[in-house]
Amino acid sequence: MSRLRIDIRVRRGDFNLDTRFELPAAGVIAVLGPSGSGKTTLMSAIAGILKPREGVIAIGEEAFFDSARKLDLPIEARGCGFVFQDARLFPHLSVEQNLSYGLARRRGRPITQETSHVVEMLGIGHLARRRPATLSGGERQRVAIGRALLSQPRLLLLDEPISAVDQDRKGEILPYLERLRDEANLPILYVSHALDEVLRLADQVVLIAGGRCEAAGAAAAVLSDHPIAGERRITVFDGSVLEHDRAIGLTCVSTAVGTFRIPMTDTLIGKRLRLVVEARDVALATAELMGLSIRNRFRATITRIERLDPSQALVALSASGGGVMAVLTHDAIADLRLAPGAEVWCLVKSVAVDRVPG
Amino acid sequence: MAFPALPDAPEWEALRLSLLVAALAVVIALPFAVASAWIVSRSRTPGRGVVNALIHLPLVLPPIVIGYLLLVLLGVRGPIGHLLFTLFGLRIAFTTKAVVIATAVMILPVMARSTRLALDAIDRGLEAAARTLGASRADVFASVTLPLMAPGVLAAAAIGFTAALGEFGAVIVFAANIEGATRTLPLAVYTALQVPGGESAAARIASISIVLALLGLALSEWLNARLRVRLGLA
Repeated sequence: MSRLRIDIRVRRGDFNLDTRFELPAAGVIAVLGPSGSGKTTLMSAIAGILKPREGVIAIGEEAFFDSARKLDLPIEARGCGFVFQDARLFPHLSVEQNLSYGLARRRGRPITQETSHVVEMLGIGHLARRRPATLSGGERQRVAIGRALLSQPRLLLLDEPISAVDQDRKGEILPYLERLRDEANLPILYVSHALDEVLRLADQVVLIAGGRCEAAGAAAAVLSDHPIAGERRITVFDGSVLEHDRAIGLTCVSTAVGTFRIPMTDTLIGKRLRLVVEARDVALATAELMGLSIRNRFRATITRIERLDPSQALVALSASGGGVMAVLTHDAIADLRLAPGAEVWCLVKSVAVDRVPG
Repeated sequence: MAFPALPDAPEWEALRLSLLVAALAVVIALPFAVASAWIVSRSRTPGRGVVNALIHLPLVLPPIVIGYLLLVLLGVRGPIGHLLFTLFGLRIAFTTKAVVIATAVMILPVMARSTRLALDAIDRGLEAAARTLGASRADVFASVTLPLMAPGVLAAAAIGFTAALGEFGAVIVFAANIEGATRTLPLAVYTALQVPGGESAAARIASISIVLALLGLALSEWLNARLRVRLGLA
């Protein structure tokens, strides 16, 4: 599989973006970071709208930009479908004409995104003759996504496509984005500052803060191992549904660290399910306990203890197949004599497990 | 009050000539207006300040000076005029061609300005979006920029046409006042005022001018409103 390679320095007024990461160019790569952290600058540089001072932007063997080789492909030759925050539909063209604009200018790339399928997937068929000015925010963004997809891009760049849409209209886009991820078969860079969107959509995550890449990798690992600005510490487990036990009302989900029992879901057996556990909902025990209501228990080894504030600490644990984060009081840590290397039981209440439809 | 008499033949001739000259001058000035607007507003060439200044010169110089400069350049003894005359036997000064050229030069500033306002109103993000969809710069201009500014360009043409009907100073210097060839409406008013008892003729021709000017302004306003609708601003 080809890899997306970014290693660039971009200056934009007072702001400096200095970012380096390399990831498989597949699935949804979420670029997560607070406002002003350089996410849009990064997207613009990849699309060629902004020129980096120096560095490399490449997918596989093909470079879009390489300052050492004096290579700087013009925007139109990069094949980066760009969905802007404000949609930017052409106001003088109908929805149908907007959709075919990029298709007619695909520069010889083969058609992998069929018009009929894209229109059906995004639910925009009934809008064909409308003008952009008459569309709702959610409709506008869906048409913009369709227009970008139909240009048959090598890479789709979505710059906070939901942020400009009213809160209660966000539901008009998210399900479509999930279908896009599952059906477009195209690497997608998805910029967001909202953890819940990223949890729902991302296969991989690039964490950005202050113009620098802090982490890049599989979504579950990055989101578990790193603090996210303004969010509580979490552990993310990617699993699949093993079985539903209707008699006791629990669903079993197989993950790398073991099987979770969670309140019944309607996700089909075998389907992916992403579980999220807040670190403060994880309890640790030094011995297996009897007479306990907690359904989910697995063994893990403490790898690190990190002071958060005068009363709490973050305990990082390594279980078979993955990490787990727990937030405990210093008092509890001292009481149990917890230290790196210690083997413990991790306990997670079933009702404390959040599930993200995958 | 006596009903104003219908204009007699020379006045009709002046009206016909004025409309013809205004139309031709607009057609000639329009590409320059669009090109200069694009250069000033979109390109990064170092010469854009010079282009902007040259285009606006007729706005700040006395029209008579513009007429004089045209005469110096395009007169039969001028550098360009001499070349045209010896190569093609073409005479410009003191012909209808001279009226058209002088008028085109005079209306260029107002047309360039109006065109540039239309261009500046376009969200440049739309042009960037078009390029991400595979359009080259020239393609973006033809398929996004120009269609979006089209009503603004038409408004510029309407205001240019209206202004063209009133050109006087540059025309009379460069083209003189020849009935049937260079005597446009304003020159006809001027001529009528030179003749004893010509006041009523002058008033009639002036009324025609006023009506035409008001129509042109109204058309230009309407087109500007259309532009805002097209850009999704209204």
